[in-house]
Amino acid sequence: MHETVVAQNMIDVVLEEAEKHQKKPVRIKVSCGQLNALNDEVFGFAFEAVGKGTLCEGVQVDIEHKPFQGKCKNCDQMFALDFEDPRCTACQSDSYELLPDAPLILEQIEFLEE
Amino acid sequence: MQKVDVGRTILSANEQHALKNARMLAEKRKACLNMISSPGSGKTTLLCKTIKHLKGQLRVGVIEGDIQTEIDADRIRATQAPAIQINTEGACHLSAAQVSKALAQLPLDDLDLIVIENVGNLVCPGAFDLGENGKVVVLSVAEGDDKPIKYPAIFAKSIALVINKIDMLAMGVSDDFDLDKAMADAKRLNKDIKIFPLSAKTGEGMDAWCDWLKTNWRF
Repeated sequence: MHETVVAQNMIDVVLEEAEKHQKKPVRIKVSCGQLNALNDEVFGFAFEAVGKGTLCEGVQVDIEHKPFQGKCKNCDQMFALDFEDPRCTACQSDSYELLPDAPLILEQIEFLEE
Repeated sequence: MQKVDVGRTILSANEQHALKNARMLAEKRKACLNMISSPGSGKTTLLCKTIKHLKGQLRVGVIEGDIQTEIDADRIRATQAPAIQINTEGACHLSAAQVSKALAQLPLDDLDLIVIENVGNLVCPGAFDLGENGKVVVLSVAEGDDKPIKYPAIFAKSIALVINKIDMLAMGVSDDFDLDKAMADAKRLNKDIKIFPLSAKTGEGMDAWCDWLKTNWRF
């Protein structure tokens, strides 16, 4: 349900960028971590609903979900954390530091060429 | 098509408010915990009992988040502790801006620790920082021992796990909750997580939890 709030914030930023470039956005690429709890389908629906009547109407949304990252305390390797088997992918040690979750980022906007 | 790399962080409105809250609390030297669980895990009962247990040792104030009603804040106020109720009116989590307003209404000078009882939900509240020093996740025996592996994110991100209603184990009401499994799964996700199995109802295990609060959450 929080997807609506996130969609509103996202649309504000996309509209700002559209204004800056004076172009119509057609597609956006978004990346996020695990704690943003964004469901692709719900977010797409919210984005559509909130964007209705703005330049964001009809914009396609692609979301890339980034895994939690661990940093091995034994060999310093950074690795994507698998919750089913949380250990270093290089040395197999289960002693690691959980790195901050990836933030929600508007990575890229595709604009319609004039 | 023209592709433009933007690289802008979203949710920044919430993050800015969270940062503001964190700075204000640090300046006033107040500790703050964000308590997250499913509905019905016993967060409010735990807080009421904790406040009574710590009377004269740690001054606790509470911010209550619920979709509707003032019920929880009234339960906290009955313990003589100050409580501010936030009604999210449909939203599944508290936002830092809401907490900011609630903090302004609490008598902060008379408090050591502020506990934010988030809206009952194991998923969404984890995505919205409120300016707290740490998250505490509460799991109750009635919910089942599989919650850490089903909802790993919040267990991975919390500094402490309270396993509530352990009296149900002793009573034989719930014989399919494997306490060791729940604890091992949580530790596997988060080696540093502090775990407090307790019953807010009977008082069993409350000493360890309250000692941890007293020792770590007074600046």
